[in-house]
Amino acid sequence: MKVIVKLFASFRTGRFVIEEREYPDGTTVGRVVEELGLSEQELGIMLVNSRHVKLDHQLADSDTLALFPLLGGG
Amino acid sequence: MDKIARIDMGAAGGPKVTVEEVGEYAGLGGRALTSLFIAKEVHPLAHPLGAENKLVFAPGMLSGTTGSMTGRLSVGCKSPLTGTIKESNAGGQAAQVLARIGYAAVILEGKPEGDDLYKIIINKDGIQIVVDNSLKLLDNYPLVEKLRGEYGDKVAYITIGTAGERKLLAASIACTDPELRPTRHCGRGGVGAVMGAKRVKAIILDDAGMKMRAPKDPDKYRDANRKFVEGLRKHPVTGEGLPAYGTNVLTNVLNEAGGYPTYNFKTGQFAGSANISGEAQAELEVKRGGSATHGCHRGCVIQCSGIYNDKDGHYLTKQPEYETVWSHGGHCGIDDLDTIARLDFMDDNIGVDTIEMGVTIGVAMDAGIIEFGDKAGAIRLMDEVGKGTPLGRVLGCGAAITGKVFGVERVPVVKDQALPAYDPRAVQGIGVTYATTTQGADHTAGYAIATNILKVGGDVDPLKTEGQIELSRNLQIATAAIDSTGMCLFIAFAIMDQPETFQALLDMLGSFYGIEMTGDDVVALGKKVLSAERDFNKRAGFTKEHDRLPRFFYNEPIAPHNQTFMMKDEELDEVFNW
Repeated sequence: MKVIVKLFASFRTGRFVIEEREYPDGTTVGRVVEELGLSEQELGIMLVNSRHVKLDHQLADSDTLALFPLLGGG
Repeated sequence: MDKIARIDMGAAGGPKVTVEEVGEYAGLGGRALTSLFIAKEVHPLAHPLGAENKLVFAPGMLSGTTGSMTGRLSVGCKSPLTGTIKESNAGGQAAQVLARIGYAAVILEGKPEGDDLYKIIINKDGIQIVVDNSLKLLDNYPLVEKLRGEYGDKVAYITIGTAGERKLLAASIACTDPELRPTRHCGRGGVGAVMGAKRVKAIILDDAGMKMRAPKDPDKYRDANRKFVEGLRKHPVTGEGLPAYGTNVLTNVLNEAGGYPTYNFKTGQFAGSANISGEAQAELEVKRGGSATHGCHRGCVIQCSGIYNDKDGHYLTKQPEYETVWSHGGHCGIDDLDTIARLDFMDDNIGVDTIEMGVTIGVAMDAGIIEFGDKAGAIRLMDEVGKGTPLGRVLGCGAAITGKVFGVERVPVVKDQALPAYDPRAVQGIGVTYATTTQGADHTAGYAIATNILKVGGDVDPLKTEGQIELSRNLQIATAAIDSTGMCLFIAFAIMDQPETFQALLDMLGSFYGIEMTGDDVVALGKKVLSAERDFNKRAGFTKEHDRLPRFFYNEPIAPHNQTFMMKDEELDEVFNW
């Protein structure tokens, strides 16, 4: 299945901004995070199609996954 | 900080200063002092621009000490924009300097007759009030430049631009940063108009000959401050994200989450967001020889601001905040950072709230005065505000007035104050704060974004109603307390996640004042402040029916979540039922 992965802030360093990537059916967000070499500690916000998800969320074909480190502002 | 100065601007024979003991306000600062004072001394039905209103300047409880992050200055009055009580705070140097000179509060009272314009000089020898009509109709940058020629660079300036002089309802009060730029504004609620009504153009604060305020227990204070700073440096938000990208790192977050109000709150995502994101802004600032990391006052360890240069490498403005980039950007369909930076400079120079002005221009776009996305048009409208033309005066009085004048139905305000950069339909928690805060729509009053969207300090689903009332209540209480300490609100990201950093803050307060300070004491302080503010608003005629969002948030679902604001009225009425 194809998943669009978007990375933000420091997660882009040495990686990418946006890519369409191929994954086996049933791949979880946690698996993608692991593959990208991101540690769980750094993780802040995980969104699939604009909704917050957890690491065990199973991705579906054509999903958009956005990953952010812990961030704040205001 | 053992004295209070009252300046009666309307005294017969010219302004008169009375200095008194701090009395019942001993140990208080910032918002606690301004709100308790206004609630007690200002008639709730006073005209905000009349002689009965009072304008209070109060450093925080820890301002003027060696403690880091303690540079917030609170300004309080009855707001001419909202008609409610108002506390608006800013960074910059003013709070530290005023606290070191020894004033817990400086209060402008009364109103002079005639057209004379005044400046006030405060130093170790006392307070001097001088007529200076050469300052008339100067905007903040040239005004500060002129004052520096007379008073130099080792002082702090508090000023109003032409918007304040003209008593426009979006007018701000500017405080200078460490480099003497008038970039840090008490922006919200039209406090600049109240200063203009008192005919005070500038306050010059000179702490020469004064020392840092001394803690009761210096060793414990030093130790607590060290642990506090360690905590801020260790937390990813205050130690990494904010210094590297500034507050505008939120553009991509809110856009991805579908909560980024676009085209005057018509949709929750903006196609041009990547062009104006914090990531793009930081890269551009560094490329042009500016900086993506800068502190608004000495002693700040977070350094969330920056310096934005133009394409030729010349200073254009300080790093525009997320709220500003949104209000002048996505809200207006503008995806060009240079245009937004130019508008940010104009806001600071003319002396208006960037949130109110950006939202107002978006409302004017909805009215068809200019098209959404019209960059030159937005700058032209700001020019009108600066010139004080009839159209400029309407716009400079904010979104609610502009919406009424031009017959716009979709006007995003609560208690006539413009909503900030988070759509309450996609982030239900922040809608609770917008609706119920004593201040009119204000994100900082109870920043539910942290828990709803950023997952800092807990996890509440932004698209559901469950848990939002309790969340907003607790945040509003905590914020009222933090706003009283002089601490920058951004410390909240670290103290919500790290108990030891919260304990360090309690120890700073305790060791400074020689008391035992617990979490319960902080909660009690926050409740006391909110209760006084609520009481004032009630006496000013505000009821629970004012604690609601505009109807379109209940009637028009917003993409991509296709949701409305779902909090029930009865639930909103429970926010202050503690």
